Parts: sequence; C-alpha cells; structure tokens
Amino acid sequence: MIEIRNLYKTFSSGDDKVDALQNINLTIADGDVYGIIGMSGAGKSTLVRCINMLERPTAGTVTVNGRDMGALSNAELRQARREITMIFQQFNLLMQRTCLQNVCFPMELSGVKKAAAKKRAMELLELVGLPDKAGAYPAQLSGGQQQRVAIARALATDPKVLLCDEATSALDPNTTHQILSLIRDINDKLGITVVVITHQMSVVKEICKHVAILDHGTVAEEGLVSAVFAAPKSEAARRLVYPAREGEIISDPGSETKVRVIFASAAAASMPLVARMARERSVMANIISANTQPIDGKTYGDILLGIPHEQLSAALDFLRGIPELTVEEVSDLV
Amino acid sequence: MYDNLFSEKSLSDALQCLQNEIPFAIWETFYVTVLSTLLALVIGLPLGVLLVVGEKKGVLPLPKWVMQVLNVIINLLRSIPFLILMIMVFPLSRLVIGTTVGTTATIVPLVVAAFPFIARLVESSLREVDPNIIEAAQSMGATPMQIICKVMVPESVPSLLSNVTIALTTILGYSAMSGIIGGGGLGQIAINYGYYRYKYLVMLIAVVLLILLVQLFQSIGTRLAVKSDKRLKH
Repeated sequence: MIEIRNLYKTFSSGDDKVDALQNINLTIADGDVYGIIGMSGAGKSTLVRCINMLERPTAGTVTVNGRDMGALSNAELRQARREITMIFQQFNLLMQRTCLQNVCFPMELSGVKKAAAKKRAMELLELVGLPDKAGAYPAQLSGGQQQRVAIARALATDPKVLLCDEATSALDPNTTHQILSLIRDINDKLGITVVVITHQMSVVKEICKHVAILDHGTVAEEGLVSAVFAAPKSEAARRLVYPAREGEIISDPGSETKVRVIFASAAAASMPLVARMARERSVMANIISANTQPIDGKTYGDILLGIPHEQLSAALDFLRGIPELTVEEVSDLV
Repeated sequence: MYDNLFSEKSLSDALQCLQNEIPFAIWETFYVTVLSTLLALVIGLPLGVLLVVGEKKGVLPLPKWVMQVLNVIINLLRSIPFLILMIMVFPLSRLVIGTTVGTTATIVPLVVAAFPFIARLVESSLREVDPNIIEAAQSMGATPMQIICKVMVPESVPSLLSNVTIALTTILGYSAMSGIIGGGGLGQIAINYGYYRYKYLVMLIAVVLLILLVQLFQSIGTRLAVKSDKRLKH
C-alpha cells in the first residue's frame, strides 16, 4: 500500500518559488492500477518521483508497504528502490549495452550472480515478447520494443510497485495499446501495484481502476475511474474527461446558452433527449457536439447543446428532471 | 633557405640521417606520446569524473571549496605555455626521473601539461550522458560509484575515445616541442638539423613523419570511436 500524506513540494531558485505540489493525500491499494492524470505542469512527474524519493518532498510523508520513505538512510532507500521500479517516457535504456545486458543491469547493481541474472533476464525478455532481441542494442529497436525492454528491466528485481512516468506518451496509438495491455497483464499475473502517470485520458480509461486528477499541484478529484467519468465533479476533471472537441462552434452565440449534458448510464445515453425536449417543452435545442465512450463495459457520453436564452430555464428544468444526467451551463469552451 | 634543398650534399645527409637516427626517433616520439597520454589519463580521468559528479546537482556532491580548488588548479596549469611549463617542472622531473634531459625525462612535463587538458575533455564527454539515464539508474538503487563505473563512463566511451585521440595528437605536438630541452624524438631531429645546422631537408622529413603519426593516431582513434558506438545502427 502506498500512502501519501499532506505532501508538499516547493521548488525554489533564489527568490523564485514554485509550489509544485500542495497538500496531496492519496492512498493506493496493493494490486491496484492507479492513474494520476493532469495537464503538463500539474505536478504529476514530481508526485511520482516523491514516491521513490528521486524528489525529496518539502513536507509530508510517503509510506510504501509500511515504510516511511523519507526516513530511510541512503542505503535503505537504495534497497527500497529495488521494490519500487520505474519506466519512463524516453525509455532511458543504456545505449551502449545490449537488451539482455540492460535487463541484467539492476540485478548487477544488487549483486546477483551473472549466470543467474542472465537466466532471469531471458525469462523476462520472453515475458515481454522480445526473446529474439537479447543481443540487439536499443538503437536497433523501435520505441515500443525499447519500452518492452525497459519493462523487463523494471521487473528484474521482483518489485512490488511499478511506476510508469508517461510511459506511452512517446508511442503511437497502436503501440500504446500494446504496451498498456502488457502492463495490465503484468498487474494481473504478478499482482504488482501500478501507478500510471499520464496526460491522456484514454490511457486511464484503458487500464486504470482508480484515478486522481491533479490540477495545479493539488488533487482536484479522486476515485474509481467509472465514477469520475460518470460524474466529474471538478472543473479540471470535466476538462480532461470531456475535452472541448476541435471546432465546436455555435451558429449564433449571441442568442444561445451552451449547456453540457453528461450521461452516466446506457439508459440515459440511449434516450431521444433532444426530440423529447422539443415535443414536451417546445425547446428548440441546437446540438453543437456529442460523444459516447465505453468505460469498464458501461456507456458514458456527453452532449453540448445550444439553447436559446429565453428557453433556458424550461430546458434546464426538463433536463434536471431526468435521472443519471449531469447538467451544467458552460460559459466558455475550454 | 630552401635553395639547396635537393643538392647532392643535402640528399646524402638526409639519407644518412634516415638510416641512422630517424627510425629510433620515430619510436621515441611514439613511446613518449603514448606513455604520457596513458599516465595523463590515469590522473585526468578521475579528475574529469569529479568535475561532473562533484557538482551540487551531481551524483556525488562535493564541498564547494573542493570543486573550486580543483577548477583553479586545472585552469592554472592549462594557462601556462608548454615551453615555460617544461622548464618550470625541472625540479619535479629530477625528483621523479633523476634527470631533466632525455626522452624519459620529458614524460614528466608532458603529463603535467596533459592531465588538466584530459580532465576537461573527460568532463565534456561525461556531460553528454543523458541525465534521464542517470536518473533511471538512481531509481533502480544504484550507488554513486555504480553510476560512475557502470553508467556514466561506459555510456560515454565513444566520446571518450574521440577526446583521448584529440589529447594524443596534442601531446604528440608537445613532445616534438620538447626537442628544445633535449627531449629526443622527431622534434629534436627537426630542431637539431633544421634550426641549428641548416639541414632543412632533414627538418622537412621529420615534419612529414610527425604529420603521418598524427594521421595514424587520428584515424585509429576515429575508427575505434565509431566502432564502439552502439547508438549507430550497423
């Protein structure tokens, strides 16, 4: 279990102070796949580096499996890091070593015998689907293959926790999908707790059970992925879950109010909402954009309506009367 | 001064010198250069490593004053012209080798001149290592020593090889200069015959041989550097 309590991190250079993290409180259960999502600059990378103390928090504690990471001596910390391994956006493989030697590297650090390390490394390369690349150098591999080698390397010391820092951000959608399935497999088979840092909602949707939304150094919202998708409570969450689609334009912005409706169930999503509103309340709503997405086998979706100012109260009244809908006025599209 | 370059007398002198002195001089130059470079590397490599890892944000931060002393010493030694440095280190040569003249004695000033240069070259090579790779090693629980020996130095081998080649050719030039203080080798032949005895053909031959040696060192060094670099797909 990872427990982050009252965590603050301030970067200061001279008189300049940047509060990267402010009062972060998170609990990540064993075996979970936990997403931490936020825009760039939200503090995600700093937060994940506070878990293995690559960044020392300014205040607060991080406890991993009962061990207070901040209180460990350097030697104890190095020992602890073998159980909390990490993969990176740029893979960070040793470029002058073969894949096999890269996977052997962490075992070499901890003094595992060469023959045993080699045998284990081959098993791990097999697990990530690259047994034939043992003798190849990283530069000869594609990005997806390099990330597989990095995953094998991260598993070499039998970790309890795997931290993924934007691990798929440098990969194309197809490769991203393959790497995410591999991470999910590892979580399933080995029971390793996975912490996924990303700025892509699609990544969270695909593999995470829980998610925390980080906004300007604070946790804006946290919970089950399905719950956050169904009813994003914070502004930051709504922006990430239902981002403005390109070219959302109202035909007559002067005379219409924008209203975003979020469906939290398949029943709500399959209702002829706009038609009913027109018939029952005579509201002539204009559909600006609409979208549905499956998460965890359920359907979620949102629709952005343009409603004439004079009919707004009738429309809101109608929409708020329907269960499993979240309705909000949108003042500007962000 | 090059009027009688190919006169009969000049040619016979040159031929005699080629047979009697030059082969040994080539060897002397070669051995002084390589040995000095190796010894300078023994001192310069660890210093170069310290210059990088000892920084405030390095993997093994050292007290600020240590870094300052280190930098001052290196800059100081690099500021002294080699010709003057050779004379200044006479006492040290006498202490270490027992004499100040001869081929072996010039190794002392050569090493003193070369190790600060090599330290700076090593520093620049190590700075090329991707800091993310070092962070990755830290995330795996590597000790500072392991990061130096297993990440920073091995990852910068191709760059180190090109830089050592630069050092080697520079030291070759210095070793020729040491002919002035009786250093032996091709430099001494060029000075003795060309400057003191006006036998310019011999001087030119010595210069051509020095050029060939530089070419040889450089092409071997470049080939090794390219061959060792696994970032290039081949």
